Order: sequence, then structure tokens, then C-alpha cells
Amino acid sequence: MLSIKNLQARVEDKAILKGISLEVKPGEVHAIMGPNGSGKSTLSHVLAGRSGYEVTGGSVTYQGKDLLDMKPEERAREGVFLAFQYPVEIPGVSNIYLLKAALNAIRKHRGDSEVDAMDFLPMVKARIKSLNLDEQFLYRGVNEGFSGGEKKRNEILQMAILEPSLCILDETDSGLDIDALKIVADGVNALRSPDRSFIMVTHYQRLLDYIKPDVVHVLAQGRIVKSGGPELAHELEEKGYGWIDQGATA
Amino acid sequence: MDYAEHYQTVSTDLPGHSLSWLQALRTRANIDFSTSGFPSPREEEWRYTNITPIEKKRFTPKVSAGDPSAAAELIQHHRLDDTWSLVFVDGVYSAGHSRLTGLPESIQILPISEALERYPEKVHTMLQQAADCETHGFIAFNTAYFRDGAFIVIPDKQVPERPIQLLHVSTQAEGLSVLRHLISLGIHAQATVIETYVGEKETACLTAAVTEIDLAANAHLDHYKLQNESDRTFHFGGIYSDQKASARFRQNHAAFGGLMARTEIHSHLGQAAECDLDGLFLASGRRHLDTHTILRHHGAHAVSRESYRGIASERGRGVFSGRIVVDPQAQKTDAEMNNRNLLLSDDAEIDSKPQLEIHADDVKCAHGVTVGQLSAESIFYLQSRGIDEASARNMLTFAFANEMVEKIRHDGHRQQVRDALLANLPQTDVRGDWL
Ligand SMILES: Nc1ncnc2c1ncn2[C@@H]1O[C@H](COP(=O)(O)OP(=O)(O)OP(=O)(O)O)[C@@H](O)[C@H]1O
Ligand SMILES: [Mg+2]
Repeated sequence: MLSIKNLQARVEDKAILKGISLEVKPGEVHAIMGPNGSGKSTLSHVLAGRSGYEVTGGSVTYQGKDLLDMKPEERAREGVFLAFQYPVEIPGVSNIYLLKAALNAIRKHRGDSEVDAMDFLPMVKARIKSLNLDEQFLYRGVNEGFSGGEKKRNEILQMAILEPSLCILDETDSGLDIDALKIVADGVNALRSPDRSFIMVTHYQRLLDYIKPDVVHVLAQGRIVKSGGPELAHELEEKGYGWIDQGATA
Repeated sequence: MDYAEHYQTVSTDLPGHSLSWLQALRTRANIDFSTSGFPSPREEEWRYTNITPIEKKRFTPKVSAGDPSAAAELIQHHRLDDTWSLVFVDGVYSAGHSRLTGLPESIQILPISEALERYPEKVHTMLQQAADCETHGFIAFNTAYFRDGAFIVIPDKQVPERPIQLLHVSTQAEGLSVLRHLISLGIHAQATVIETYVGEKETACLTAAVTEIDLAANAHLDHYKLQNESDRTFHFGGIYSDQKASARFRQNHAAFGGLMARTEIHSHLGQAAECDLDGLFLASGRRHLDTHTILRHHGAHAVSRESYRGIASERGRGVFSGRIVVDPQAQKTDAEMNNRNLLLSDDAEIDSKPQLEIHADDVKCAHGVTVGQLSAESIFYLQSRGIDEASARNMLTFAFANEMVEKIRHDGHRQQVRDALLANLPQTDVRGDWL
């Protein structure tokens, strides 16, 4: 699904990713943990194609294609989805417009016809209900005036509708109350399938109780310094990051 | 032969020629105009808008209407079905295209050329009440030259069943349309008036329209204007209103067309009057769009809310000048004005000039101006959802502008403004396919 080899990236003159390698196979769930400022969001953004980051080395292959060579919208159409740590507010563009425009852009890319209005609305309504969001959210500006938790649920709503192959969740659990966390986790679990992979950035073991990862990585100072099974997350929860030799590579 | 000389040759063809008071008024206005000429950038109020091309280029009133099929198509497309409409083709009233069926006796909606024959005294009292030839040459020019216009009188407490549309179509190259509209609402009367200006593609002409509005105590006028003339048109539109005590004036202005266009909206607010000005301009191509507003709080306790959004793309230029004047006796004035602007290219320019002139001490006045660009973060967010960059930019630009469009209460007019907005969005190849 995704093969990252020795990826290095910087912002302005500051090196942030210092050689990241990661293999994600279809159907796998990878958790990435690590201290604040270690480069987790940077990695997510570089994968999604945000400008402002300069890739100075390494490669990223997604479904056999050079991901770094694609524009952000091409990546999205090819099935890469980033749930943002801080989703932006876009007043004046309603959620329903965005959902429809996005879905149609992706369908067009696949050679499918535009989504039928008769099918679209019921499908969206079913999804929004399962995320325990009010239908009114559809007609509001994208994330406009949404609470922190509502924004995160809205990201998952988009993900559920766009049905990507590679889902990158950047701290989707942060800012969610306990019930919302459960709802979001159920939403993610419902999407799990043998041909869909997840990269979940999180600070909390709790999310991983709901969504069981195959691999847990620790990202520190721009490198993956340790990888392990789900038990690694428990260990981190107990001991923090201090015990890991941050110079080491897993 | 300049315009003032030219006036001598056409004056006898102008409506109301046999009325001595009008002839005197026109002659005086022509003298004012020949002294001042069209306003020049040397005048502070015209600093950003240089209309010397009009002086050089000679526009002349067309005696016969232009290509009737071209006009018919534009009219067909822009005449709003649910209104009483007065249609002007190249500045000449067209009875055939206008729709006034079912108009009750009590309400007067007719061309001013006809009103000058039927109600000359009433026209006399209304003309030059809200507009003043001494303000600048355009008003003097308009007063001397006006060939037709609308005469709308809604008596006390009357509320016409339908909105009233004034539809202007320009079809003839080098044509000159000079229109004077008079609108008067009696005590507690209410009305909606929509002014629509459109033109045949590529037609270079000059439109000069002045609308005078008189709102008696507690009257309420919703007034809309869409300026979507052709790429080569010069447009001047002045809307001058006088609000008596507790009168309410809500104006929404949308400007997209023309080569060089200026709209002035000035209102004089009496005691406890309410005024809402909303507007949108999108200067694309090489257009120059200028909006000039003055709200004069004259009576106490009046409330004004002004909100304008401007966009300039390519080599377009936008000018917004918003002045609020609070007279000494206008205590408890409550005035807010804001102007938000979006620059879409390096060559585009927007000049925004808010001004507060406050001569009373117990008032609440606020204003704010911003000039910005599309947010890179928002563009990326949309791209990350599969939307290409050009569409993302269009979507965000549309969203910015559409908030003003949404304020339009009349469905048909709102749709026309939205269509004009979409047609003028910069990335023309992708427009609207996400709608
Ligand atoms: N545009 C930028 N300009 C300068 N520095 C940046 C920029 N973007 C990120 N950085 C820096 O890069 C480093 C990594 O940031 P990143 O957001 O990837 O961290 P993170 O691991 O996601 O942290 P958190 O857990 O707090 O979300 C930080 O030191 C941050 O300040
Ligand atoms: Mg982060």
C-alpha cells in the first residue's frame, strides 16, 4: 500500500523529517506516537502533499506510484485521505457542497459517473447519523463555528463518504469526549477492510483500545526510533518517552 | 463639438421640452456641466477613477433603437417575471418590452417622459430633491441630458403587490443612455425596486443614470442594483436617497461589468431612520469598478449598517470609498461599516477608503477594512479532498462573494446576481461545475 523510504523533509531551513522509513501493507493499522514537535503532523502533511515542505531525500511509493510526484488533489483521488489535526473553517462553502464536489472529483477520476442526488443524500444522512452529528451540519459552512470535537467528527464523516484506501488520522482523538471517541472509533472500525490501511497519529493509548493497531511506532526528532506491537503503546503510557534511546532506529 | 455644445442640438428632442421650468433647469445644468466637465481625478472624491476616456470618446444618443433581436434576447433573459417592469433600450423607454399589466390606479409606475406630460408638477417637486448638480459634473450632465427614466410614486400606506424592475439594455456601439429615475414612497408605504443594467457583448457605450429616492416617514424601500454591462462600457450610476423620520432604506449593489464603472450611493438619514447598504464588486479583466458611498446621519437615533465585499482579479481594479458623516444634532447615531477585499492576482488592485466624520459626541461608530488573499490553508484543505486547485480557488472566491448574494431577498434577482458572479469568476474553464 505505502512504502516510505528514508524520507527527509524540511520547512524553510529547518530539517524536520530526518530519514523516515515505513511499510504499510493493505489492511494494516499503524499507530504513530511521539512527543510534541517530533514531526508527526509534518509527515502527515508531506504525505498529503501540502506545499511549504521541501522533500530533501527519500521516496514514497503508494500503490506502486510515486506519491511525491502527485498534486494533493491527485493523491486524494487516488485514495489518500488526511484527517487534519486542525481542520480549517471555510465559511460560505457548505459541508454538503464540499462532500458532493469531493466525491464527484474522485468518481470522475475513477471513470465513474457523477453521484446521483437521489442516492447521495440518503447515503450522507445515514453516515452522519452514525457519527451522531445533527443533519443541520450538512448545510453549515465547512467546520464553521464547529466545536473541536465536531470538527474531528466531520473529518471522519468525509472519510466515510470518500472511502479512501489510505487513511491518515492526525490526532483525530484529541479533543473528543469519551462518548465521541467511542463513536469515532466505531466509525473507523466500520471502515476497516483488507484493502484499506490506516496511519493513526495519537498521543493516547485509549484510542488504541478501541482501534487495535498492528504496529506502533515512536517518532522522535524526525525519526522513527522504535516500533513494536500494541503492547508498546501500553509501555509508553506507563513510562513516557524518556526510556527510549532516541538515537536508535528501529 | 463637445457634449455641452452637442446638448444645444438635441435639447429640443428631450422630454419636457415645452416645460419652461424644466428647460431652465436643463440649461442651468448644462452651464454647470460645461464649466466643470466630467469629474477628474484632481477632485478628491474621484481620486482613483480617471474618466478622461469619456471626454475624448464621443458617445451620442441613438435616435432609433439598436438591433431589436439582440435587445430582445437580453430582455428575455433579464426581465424578472414576477415584477412590474420598465425596460429601457439604449436609454429609450420601450413600451413593448415593459410589463405593467394589473397595475392598480393608485400606484404610479411610468416612464418619466410620460410623467412629464401627465404629472409635470409632481415631477417638478421631485426632481433635484436628492441629487444636486453642484455635487459633480455627472449629475449636471444627467440633469441636462436625461432622455428618459422611471417615475415611481407609491402613496401613503400602499404596498405594491409586485417588485418593480427597471431593466436597462445597451445594444449600440458609441451609444449614450442618460436616465433619470424618480422614486417616491409616501408615509408607511413599502416597495422593492430592482435596477438591472446589461449590455450586448463588446458594445462600447456610456450609461449615465441617476436615481433620486424620497422616503417619507416610516416608508420602507428595498432597492437592488446589478451592473453587468458589456466589457467596453462606461457606466455611471448615482443613487441618492433622502430618508425622513424612521424611514428604512435597504440597498444591495452588485457590480461585475463595464470597462470603467462607478456607482454612488448616498443617503441622508433623518431621525431614527435605518439604512442597510450591502454590496459586492468583482473587477476582472481590465475593469475598473468604483463604489462611492456616503451616509449622512442627520437626525438622532438613526442606525446604519454597511457591508461591502470587493474582489479584483487579473488586472482588475476596485475602489471602495465609504464615508459616514454624523451631523452635530445626530446624537445616538449607531453606524457600522465594513469592507472586506480579496486580491486574486499580483496585478490586481483595490483601494479602500473608509472615512468617519463625526460632529456629535454621543454616538456609536465603527468601521473596518481588510484586504487579503485566498487562504493557502483552505486551498490545500479542498485539494486534499480531491478538488483541483483552480476549482478550489473558485470555490473559495465564490464563497467569499456569495455571502453578499445571499442577502438578496428577491429570488429572481439573486439568481441573476449569482449567475453574473459565476460568469465572472477568474478560472473560467472550471466555473460552477462543482455547484
Ligand atoms: N511552517 C513551519 N515553519 C517552521 N517550523 C515548522 C513549520 N511547521 C512545522 N514546524 C516545526 O516542525 C516541528 C514538527 O512539527 P509537527 O507539527 O510535525 O509536530 P507534531 O509531531 O505533529 O507535534 P504535536 O504532537 O504537537 O502535534 C515543530 O518543531 C514545528 O515547530
Ligand atoms: Mg501534530
